[in-house]
Amino acid sequence: MRDVSLRGTKLTKTYNRRNVFAQIDFEMSGTQSWAIVGRNGSGKSTLVKIIAGLLSATSGDVVLTVDGKSIRRDDQYHYIGFVSPYLQLYEEFTAHENLALFSRLRGGSLDADRVDALLRRITLHQRKDDLVRTFSSGMKQRLKYAFALLHEPPVLILDEPTTNLDAEGIELVYDIIAEQRTRGIAIIASNDKEDTERCDALIDLNAARTPDSRRPA
Amino acid sequence: MLKIVLGIWLTIVIVVAFAFPIVPQPQQWFEYPVIPGLEEKARILFFHVPMSWTTVVAFFVSMIYGIRYLKTKNLRDDMRSVSSAGLGLMFCVLATVTGSVWAKFNWGSFWNWDPRETSIFILLLIYGAYFALRSALEDEAKRATLAAVYAIIAGVTVPFFIFVMPRIMASLHPEPIVNTEGKVHMNATMLIVFLSSLAGFTALFAWMLQLRIRLARLEQHYYQKEN
Amino acid sequence: MISAAAVRTIVLKEFQSELRTRYALNALLMFVVTTLSIVLFSVGSENVSTDVLSGILWIIIFFSSMSGLSRTFVSEEERGTTMTLQLLAPPLVVFFGKLVFNIVLLFILNVVAIGLYMLLIGGFAVKSYGIFCLTIGLGTIGLASASTLIAAIISKANTKGTLYPVLSFPIMLPLLLTVITATRRSVEGAVFSEAIGEFQVLFSYIVVMLAVSYIVFDYIWRD
Repeated sequence: MRDVSLRGTKLTKTYNRRNVFAQIDFEMSGTQSWAIVGRNGSGKSTLVKIIAGLLSATSGDVVLTVDGKSIRRDDQYHYIGFVSPYLQLYEEFTAHENLALFSRLRGGSLDADRVDALLRRITLHQRKDDLVRTFSSGMKQRLKYAFALLHEPPVLILDEPTTNLDAEGIELVYDIIAEQRTRGIAIIASNDKEDTERCDALIDLNAARTPDSRRPA
Repeated sequence: MLKIVLGIWLTIVIVVAFAFPIVPQPQQWFEYPVIPGLEEKARILFFHVPMSWTTVVAFFVSMIYGIRYLKTKNLRDDMRSVSSAGLGLMFCVLATVTGSVWAKFNWGSFWNWDPRETSIFILLLIYGAYFALRSALEDEAKRATLAAVYAIIAGVTVPFFIFVMPRIMASLHPEPIVNTEGKVHMNATMLIVFLSSLAGFTALFAWMLQLRIRLARLEQHYYQKEN
Repeated sequence: MISAAAVRTIVLKEFQSELRTRYALNALLMFVVTTLSIVLFSVGSENVSTDVLSGILWIIIFFSSMSGLSRTFVSEEERGTTMTLQLLAPPLVVFFGKLVFNIVLLFILNVVAIGLYMLLIGGFAVKSYGIFCLTIGLGTIGLASASTLIAAIISKANTKGTLYPVLSFPIMLPLLLTVITATRRSVEGAVFSEAIGEFQVLFSYIVVMLAVSYIVFDYIWRD
């Protein structure tokens, strides 16, 4: 387990002069799980993308610290796992090819054992040589988890984690979240009570226009 | 106040540009020498060159504000950048047109692809591309960022126009007045009028830029009030 | 911090993707064949000067690039995999990977286009192969560098297709003019040293484009 922390300071996002959220503060560390809740359109996905380093905030910043060192935006991809309805995988490649690509890019070389193990965990091993184009939305969702977990990230960010999943899939997700809580930070953005009720802390975007929006669950 | 000074200054420049006679052997202080090949048409020097100069200045002002935007992420800088570019486009059109008219009277055809002509044309294309890019982006932040980036890329290719083109193509532009080393062989009177025009046009650009920025800021306030 | 292995992985991914879908290659080859046919038809049996022939060749190459070299960035945006790549590698790894891919793609295109051009147009006979080959080499790299950077920009905009040549042409003009001049020299049988000036320009253009890309790509790629 690595020493990891994420600090957000006065995060504000406006889009074409429309205020999405303002002055969000948080301090996540160690082995916590955080929930981000809010009405549709309250900016959950936006906030989550900002934390993952995929989007810039209009003002304020997010600092990721691992083992005492703050990580530059260019290097953040090593430490973050991300699942989102907006995430797309390469449909012209097979499941295995996708994961092999990710393993090589992020890890430097292909870790075949790890890829194999993950494929089994998400129960897609029999379909590993099928094109992702042929997958159902539930299968794609599960493959996204493999994408996120391949490099054992200390920070796992899940936007709408149980979309498209059947009961088994949902079990798997809760399993993954529980596991992540022993390894580092888990962040879950969702309106589903079941997804967020087990979290240690909460960011409520419904109240996001006031300065203090953090309260424990 | 500046407006009035500017107005008077430029009026004087224009009058002097046209009124002073051109004679073969200038004796009086208000006479211009004859430049072989140009004679009366030399008067365009007082307008065409300052306009070309101003459009280049406007481009670099736009590029610099673009760079500032990338650092500050403040949309004000983007607004200054686009205001300057708009003026630059206008001066570029004027420069191209006056240059083209001059070319017709001097060398017989409206366009010849000599290096300077080509350069001003490329600048026109760059301005066009800049605005085309802006109109294809809706997100303000993205629009400002990509426009600034394009201005930088275009700016970086400018040295290539200046130094490469004359190498490759023979030039029709008058040598006796300004050659590529930048030395100026101009008669004193002409030089004074020319430099005054240059200063006048630059000041005109600066004044217009100020106006545009004020106008844009007012517009912004208005829209903010609405929301 | 730009790992060569990562860049290679991206290059291979682009090729693999291209082989599976063949979007770019098809567009490029069809474009070359079409334009070449039109040129052949209009030139007919006329004796066209080497000046014009050199120019036409590079017009064909330029517009062919415009029809195919933007796919590498546009396809990521259209399919939504930009975010995926952002989570896998630093920006410059992505840029250089796609740049290398475009360079190779353009090389293939140029070999085909030039081969056909020399074959079918009698008046275009290269005499100084040294100049010619170096011109094609440097010209391809220069063209690909500028195109890839602009492709990244337009991939984020609304009217990608028409915007691409509009943005590319002004900044590629110095390159095009130089490369056309050098090509003309090679057809006229000039001595290698006469073209040194052109090669200097081409080389510095490449350096400048790569340097600018290194600095600004981050701003283009990230939201």
